[in-house]
Amino acid sequence: MDNIKIILLKELRSLFNSAIAYVIMVVFILLAGYFFTNTLFLQNVASLRGIFELIPFLLLFFAPAITMRTISEERKTGTIELLLTKPVRDGEIIVGKFLAAWLFFGIALLPTLAFLVTVMFLGRVDAGPVIGGYLGLLLVGGSLLALGIVGSTLTENQVVAFILSFLIMFIFFMFDKVVIFLPGPLASIVEYLGIDYHFSNIARGVVDSRDLIYYASLIGFSLLVGTVLLERRK
Amino acid sequence: MSINVTNLTKLYGDKRAIDNISFEVHSGEIIGFLGPNGAGKTTTMRVITGYLLPTQGSVEVLGKSVQDHSREVRRLIGYLPENNPLYSDMNVLESLEFSALLNGVSRGTVTRCVREMVGVCGLGEVKHMDIGQLSKGYRQRVGLAQAMIHDPKVLIMDEPTSGLDPNQIVEIRNLIRQLGREKTVVLSTHILPEVQASCSRVIIVSKGKIVADGSTNELQSRFQGNEQYFVEMEKPDGDSSGTLRAHLQSIPSISSVESLGELEGVVKFRIETTRGVDIRKQLFQLSVSKKWTLLELHREQTSLEDVFHELTVDSSQRIESSATRSAEAS
Repeated sequence: MDNIKIILLKELRSLFNSAIAYVIMVVFILLAGYFFTNTLFLQNVASLRGIFELIPFLLLFFAPAITMRTISEERKTGTIELLLTKPVRDGEIIVGKFLAAWLFFGIALLPTLAFLVTVMFLGRVDAGPVIGGYLGLLLVGGSLLALGIVGSTLTENQVVAFILSFLIMFIFFMFDKVVIFLPGPLASIVEYLGIDYHFSNIARGVVDSRDLIYYASLIGFSLLVGTVLLERRK
Repeated sequence: MSINVTNLTKLYGDKRAIDNISFEVHSGEIIGFLGPNGAGKTTTMRVITGYLLPTQGSVEVLGKSVQDHSREVRRLIGYLPENNPLYSDMNVLESLEFSALLNGVSRGTVTRCVREMVGVCGLGEVKHMDIGQLSKGYRQRVGLAQAMIHDPKVLIMDEPTSGLDPNQIVEIRNLIRQLGREKTVVLSTHILPEVQASCSRVIIVSKGKIVADGSTNELQSRFQGNEQYFVEMEKPDGDSSGTLRAHLQSIPSISSVESLGELEGVVKFRIETTRGVDIRKQLFQLSVSKKWTLLELHREQTSLEDVFHELTVDSSQRIESSATRSAEAS
């Protein structure tokens, strides 16, 4: 546990020491704000639903940007050798880096509370969908970031890591979008694998254990794959 | 016994990076791992430090196997990897602290350990600077400091002085020698004077195999060929350099005399003798009795450089010739 914390803090510090963190945060909030205000007065409803449904799409681009450096940069500069020859489990490194990315995402999400405040001025806001929406975003974000870590273990090149991570995330994103082309029994399985499918449930304010289990297992499985890929060097 | 490597083999795909090597390192020794680039030095160190797993064979550090007790072994070792990778976005103190914590130094003693290492490695002036801004010499010291921060019993350094200027090299060598008093040190290099300057024992590797193992003096004497003497004499009037040469050749153990030129009555010779015979006295007495003035006399022994060259070049040719032979046979 202690090692995970040490790695988490180090990762967070180097994220905020680099310009990338701020660029990601600023661009993210600008885009989210644009889409938020664009539809706000057209809908005439005091709800964050529109923006909540859009953020997962934005994350498809932002999550790879957050995780692309995590392992690939260490491979490129050779510091991975420094890290892996310390008395630390490979899994602790992966989990530490994942948690740092997740925490960073949570921080990047904070400015969107301004949207909530705006909407609260305009009318009565239903608490359920807001809480569910934020919980859902955190879970979607966590899953995408975990997949992004897998992408980052695959290569030394940040750009390649970004593209690979994007592709992996895109596949998980598209599962529930392609079900109409699939036969019945297969469709429900494939639909269950879709990241966005579970999000829409939670964003309605319905927190179902099936959705929570889905996200937890996707994160767990991704981190396991990441650890195995890290050990592959041996 | 500090490190025990037994029949270690490491394959990268089909390529044998290390081929069935065995050696021991006793505690308190400073071992120099010497070999041309690509000989398997880095791979060997990576296996000892647990970064790579052996394909065959075993490695034990202080009685613990790297395969079965990888993390315990890593805790015992301080490691400076090849090219000294460091987190360039951290400052010196942060990076030392990070290293200390991951090596299991308790939070209460971290500050003291960091302060101590800053002192030992002379990092006081740069401790708040980002590592990315440091000169190569300072970076190397940071690398050493982070390797030693948890006071490991075994220190493994892959080319600790590469890329440093001569003054920095001397500094780092002194630091290594100082450390060697309390720790077991294994360092790799392809620079020969480095081994002679800091190591008590040398292991020479070539193409994944150990070709020599012994103290520097032992290796020099074992691979000694003929000894050479360089003599400069002023000949008396009337004598010719030919008679001088004839007299020299009459000394029994001299195998050849070569004249290196003559200038204003001063003659230079290069004399070769069979191994292990000292003819300096005879040369002196000869010059006295024949009334030649002896201006210069010095003896040259096989240097470690020659040993290295002979071993690594010859063995590679041997391997190649045996490979072609087996290829012909099949």
